[in-house]
Amino acid sequence: MSIELRNITKRFPGYTALDNISLKVATGELVALLGPSGCGKTTLLRIIAGLETADTGSIILENRDTTNLPARSKNVGFVFQHYALFRRLNVFDNVAFGLSVKPAAERPSKQEIADRVMHLLKLVQMDWAAKRYPSQLSGGQRQRIALARALAVNPKVLLLDEPFSALDAKVRLELRRWLRKLHDEIHVTSIFVTHDQEEALELADRIVVINKGKIEQEGTPQEVYDHPANSFVYNFLGNVNVFHGRVRNGKVVLGQRLPDEHRELNGHEVKTGQAFIRPHDIGISRIRNGNNHPGVIRDIRLTGSQITLELESAGFDRPIEAEISRESWRNLELTKGDEVFITLDKVRVFTGDFEI
Amino acid sequence: MQQRQNHTASPSRTPAKNDPPAVQAVLIGLTLLFFAGFIFMPLALVFSQALSKGWQLYLDAIREPVALEAVKLTLLTAAIVVPINAVFGVTAAWAISKFTFKGKTLLVSLLDLPFAVSPVIAGLIFVLLLGSRTPFGSWLGEHGIKIIFATPGIVIATLFVTFPFVARELIPLMESQGREEEEAAITLGAGGWRLFRMVTLPNIGWGLMYGMVLCTARSIGEFGAVSVVSGHIRGMTNTIPLHVEILYSEYNYTASFAVASILVFLALLTIGVKTTLEKRLEGSHNTRH
Repeated sequence: MSIELRNITKRFPGYTALDNISLKVATGELVALLGPSGCGKTTLLRIIAGLETADTGSIILENRDTTNLPARSKNVGFVFQHYALFRRLNVFDNVAFGLSVKPAAERPSKQEIADRVMHLLKLVQMDWAAKRYPSQLSGGQRQRIALARALAVNPKVLLLDEPFSALDAKVRLELRRWLRKLHDEIHVTSIFVTHDQEEALELADRIVVINKGKIEQEGTPQEVYDHPANSFVYNFLGNVNVFHGRVRNGKVVLGQRLPDEHRELNGHEVKTGQAFIRPHDIGISRIRNGNNHPGVIRDIRLTGSQITLELESAGFDRPIEAEISRESWRNLELTKGDEVFITLDKVRVFTGDFEI
Repeated sequence: MQQRQNHTASPSRTPAKNDPPAVQAVLIGLTLLFFAGFIFMPLALVFSQALSKGWQLYLDAIREPVALEAVKLTLLTAAIVVPINAVFGVTAAWAISKFTFKGKTLLVSLLDLPFAVSPVIAGLIFVLLLGSRTPFGSWLGEHGIKIIFATPGIVIATLFVTFPFVARELIPLMESQGREEEEAAITLGAGGWRLFRMVTLPNIGWGLMYGMVLCTARSIGEFGAVSVVSGHIRGMTNTIPLHVEILYSEYNYTASFAVASILVFLALLTIGVKTTLEKRLEGSHNTRH
């Protein structure tokens, strides 16, 4: 089922949660709404589910306007951040809930319900826990039950509100990959909300970056990561070094010395802007080549598979963070206090509307 | 809280154990003395007075028609008041804990009014509102409806005095449980009634019972407000507390204490039920995710 949002606006007293949002999600797609907390992404999800109402705009589910349908008739599956399992019902009854509250005419027989519930519990690998109560399960297990419960009613779309954020790091990673696999199996159109860029990059077919109630950029994970539309997206998607740069006579002034090959801008006025470069896009070398900046290693940190260097360079107002592989770290034989040369070729500058 | 206490309960760290034995002895002694003076002694006194002239007189006092009428009226009042207040309490608690609306803070404050105001005044309010000298009261009188100095008045006064119990018990419970389970039920297609019966009611069950027990206890024991609206008509508008008072003021001490012992029994029963429910209720708070 495809979802289309047209010009959704929602205002709360004192601020605008969603400002004229339009978005299309294709059938079978897994889309991430990514943004900082308070950006309106959860509100948008709740509006699609009918748990909140938009001030203006409409929601079209597979060519049918469902804007004014009550939440109980929308037939969407909703997975909550804190699971929201029915604490007085066991796992089986939790999953069966959606089927057993159907009006008598549509309700499947007891046997059919039982079969469907057990099928779903097997799908989420929780069939052994049918008689348990939510309080007896771990967070990851509860969230899988919540997912099975949402899927039981064959929802047109599955909406997941920060589904992994209440879990610890290892379980989060496991469940994320498991959900991707599950989605590849059942292909239900899904939208999930997250503030974790890594999660969005790994899990989604498409990412919609939201900030202050507006869509900043949408595209595949690779598109938004490699070609951020603006400084916000650059900043939000992954670690980044930010320098205060200046554009003077069309040239980027960054630190004392600048990558000279940057294209010219027509304007002659001096503009301040921000220069961005990802830590892993920074080149570290022992050899000076005229295009790189001298710097001193202030700190070396082992961050799992990568080595993070903290560098200081004359003319830069703050330390530069660079990431290199363990291998090049060994080859370069870097130690604290060493003088190295830093290549910033991949830097990008945003000045207001301009980008260099 | 409970858990923290369990964790730090190692003997050497419990502060009380570090206090000198003398302090311990004095504190425990004082507590026991207080209990003895204000609880055990009066309880014993009630029964010793009630039985001072033998079992026969005790049973006679209880079995007297007027006394039986008082018991009946008391139980009838409770049977009407408790369900109404349970419904009201659930409604009010639901509205207050799950929605935001204008005047909510005021409503929460007003909920405590029956506790804050003296029961006598509560009774007087209803006499002034519904008594035969008021326009509304006389209109009711013309239509043959008697409220003040009759059973309906007693019920209304008791309703007023006991209405906060259920709501007060449920508001914090419902607030702590949040709205998510209800929202989940809605997205799964549950309508209002099913949602209430299958999700909300089971979640608040023990709290509701607890509130109802407190409500029952108070409605059985209520004296002030009922005293004003009842008119003290023997065998007609006397509840147990009123009957005890009448017997006492007639110097009929034995009968008075005998009837009072019924109230004591009911109170002890209430405490028993309440203690059981408290344990269950703690469970329902702790099973929060």
